[in-house]
Amino acid sequence: MARETAAQETVALADAAVAPREEYITIDGCKTFLLRGGKGQPVLFLHGARGGGNWLPFMAKLADSHEIIAPEHPGFGRSDAPDWWDNIHDLAYFYLDLIKTLKLEHVHLVGSSLGGWLATEIAVRSTAKLASLTLIGAAGLHIKGLARPDTFLWTQEEATRALFHDQALAEKMLGQPVSDEELERQMKNRFAAARMSWAPRLYDPHLHKWLHRIDVPTAIFWGKQDQYIPTAYAERFAELIPGAQVQYFDKCGHLPQVEQPEAFAKALESFIRRAA
Amino acid sequence: MRFFFFHLMPYAPLDLDYDKTHKSAWVTLPNSYYDPELGSDLYNRYLDELEYADELGFEGISVNEHHQTAYGMMPCPNVFAGMLARRVKQAKICILGRALPVLSNPLSVAEEFAVLDNITKGRIITGFVRGIGAEYHALAVNPTESHARFHEAHDLIVQAWTKPGPFAYEGKYYHFPYVNLWPRPYQKPHPPIWVPSQGSKETIEFAAAKDHKYVYLQTATPAATLFKYMQAYRDEANRQGYEASPDQLGWSVKIYVAETDEIAKREAKPHVEAFVNKFLRMPVEMLLPPGYTSIQSMKGVMAAKQTITGGARTIDDLMEQGTFICGSPATVRAKLEEYQHKGGFNIVMAGLHFGTLPAELTRKNMELFAREVMPHLKNRVPDGYRPVAAE
Repeated sequence: MARETAAQETVALADAAVAPREEYITIDGCKTFLLRGGKGQPVLFLHGARGGGNWLPFMAKLADSHEIIAPEHPGFGRSDAPDWWDNIHDLAYFYLDLIKTLKLEHVHLVGSSLGGWLATEIAVRSTAKLASLTLIGAAGLHIKGLARPDTFLWTQEEATRALFHDQALAEKMLGQPVSDEELERQMKNRFAAARMSWAPRLYDPHLHKWLHRIDVPTAIFWGKQDQYIPTAYAERFAELIPGAQVQYFDKCGHLPQVEQPEAFAKALESFIRRAA
Repeated sequence: MRFFFFHLMPYAPLDLDYDKTHKSAWVTLPNSYYDPELGSDLYNRYLDELEYADELGFEGISVNEHHQTAYGMMPCPNVFAGMLARRVKQAKICILGRALPVLSNPLSVAEEFAVLDNITKGRIITGFVRGIGAEYHALAVNPTESHARFHEAHDLIVQAWTKPGPFAYEGKYYHFPYVNLWPRPYQKPHPPIWVPSQGSKETIEFAAAKDHKYVYLQTATPAATLFKYMQAYRDEANRQGYEASPDQLGWSVKIYVAETDEIAKREAKPHVEAFVNKFLRMPVEMLLPPGYTSIQSMKGVMAAKQTITGGARTIDDLMEQGTFICGSPATVRAKLEEYQHKGGFNIVMAGLHFGTLPAELTRKNMELFAREVMPHLKNRVPDGYRPVAAE
C-alpha cells in the first residue's frame, strides 16, 4: 500500500489532525511494525497483499473517535519474517497474541483483501476480544468454476490498473518514481503474499466450513467493479457469516478505502458505531 | 573433454506467430497449439535421435523436465529414460533433472531412479533441480518454499538410497513412517547426482559441498558468466578444504557444426533464433515468481522490465556472447578448447538439437560433431587436471 499513498493525494484528505506513532513491538519473537493513532475503541486494520504501513486518510478521519492500530504483518514491510511464518493460520494466531499482548478489548477488526481473509481466520478462531468484523474485498473463499485473474502473472502496471475503477488514480500511482528502497519493499511484500496465498491461490479450502462461528456484527464492503475478487464473493461471505450485511461502493475497484475514502470512512464509522 | 548429448524435445511445429496473441510458450499457451498427429511423430523422431547419439559414441544421452510448455515436451523424464533404458546399450542415461520441489512425492522419485539404475546396471546419472520459475506456475507449488523443499527432498532421496530401511523420515514438508526402497539402487553408494543450474550462489555452494561433490552443470549462460560460476565452484571447494576436479564441472551449450562457418550459420540461424525468441519466451513474472530467487537478484531483473529473451536476439548476438557455438569443425573445436581452457571444465553437454532444427540437419550436426569434433578433443583436459578426489 506504499503505492496507494500516491493515489490518496489525489483525493480530498480527511482531517488529519491526529498524527500516528510509529512503533515496533516484539510478539512471538517477531519484531513487528505498527502505526497507532487516535483515542477510543480500537480499530485493528489488516492490510492486503500489496503491504501496509501507511496512514490512510480514512484512518485519520476515524482516529477522531477511535484508536487506529495498523501493523505490517509478519513477513511484510518493516516487520520480520520469523521462522514460524508459513501460512495464513500462523498469522491468525499471531494476531490473537497481538490483541492479547496489547490488552485490546472490543476490537473492531477491519481487513482488506488478503487482510480480509486473515480477519476471518482470526474471527473463526476467537471473537472473544472482537466487537465487530469488517471485510473489504476479502480473499479467503473459493467459488468453484468462477474464474479469477492470476494476479501473480500480472505486470506491476496491470496489477495497479486493475486496482481502481478510476484510472486517473492508477495513472497517478504509476507516474510516481519507484525508489530502490520502495522496490525492495515491493519485492518483500510480493514474497510475503506468495508465501501466504500461492496455493491454494488466495483461499483456505476449509475456511467456509467454520465461518458460521463468527458471532459479532459483520459488514462486507466491496467495490462493485472489483477486478481482483468479483462481487460474487461478497454474497458468498454474506451467506456464510450469520447476519453479515453487504454494502457496495459503485464506480469503485478493489480498495474502497483508497478509491472512495470519504464514503468508506462514513460507512465504516456508521457500522462500528452501531456495532459498539 | 567428455561429451554428452542433450535433447529438450521442443514442439517444433509450433505456430511461431503465437506471440502475436500470447505472452509465452509456457503455462498459458493454449494446448490447442499441440497437434497429436505431429507430436507423436516428433516424439519418436526425438527418441531416435537420442538412440543415435549412443551409436555415435557419446558418453551419455540426456533428457530433462519441463511442464505445460512447447519449449520441452518431457513432463515425465523418467518415463523417457525408461523408454531408452532397454535400447541404449553403451551410453549413460542422464535425467537432468527432476524438479524436486514441484513434485508431490520425492520418495517416488527415489524409487523411479532406483528402478532405472537397476535396469541399466548402473548407467544412469540423476539430476536434482528446482525447476525454472515457470514450473511453479504450471504445477501450483509455492515458490517461496522452493529452496527448503529442494533440500529436504534431496536429503530424503539420498537417505532412501543409502540408509538401510525401513526407517522413518520426518521433515517439515515430507513425512514417511516407512522409507524402505525396493529396489535399492544398483550403483554404490548411489547413482551420481548432477546439478544443472543457471548459477545461483546457493546452488553452487550446495553442489560443491564437501559431502556432495556433485557435478555442477552450467546452463544457458554467456561465456563470461560461465567462467565466473566455474570459478565460484572451485572457490567454494577450496573453502571447504578440497580441490575441485574438472570432472565436477560441465557446460550445457547449444552447438551447430557444418561443412563451413558460412553454411553452419545459414543453416542454424532460423532454428536457434526460434529457440531463444519463441520457445524460451516468457514474461519476467512467469520466470521469477516470488521467492524463486533472492530479492536482490530479482530486483535487478524486475527493474529492467525484461523478458527472459531481453528482446529479440540474433544468431550473431548468441555467438558473440558464447551462448551458442556454431561453425565448421575447426571453428567449433577451437571454441571448445578456448572455453575449456578458460572455464576449466571437463564435461560438455552438447545441445545438438534446438528450436525448429529439422531431422536431417539434426543428424548431420550430430554426425559431424561425433566425427570431426569429439575424437580430437577427447583426450584434452584442462591445465592441471586431476580426477575427483576420493572421500
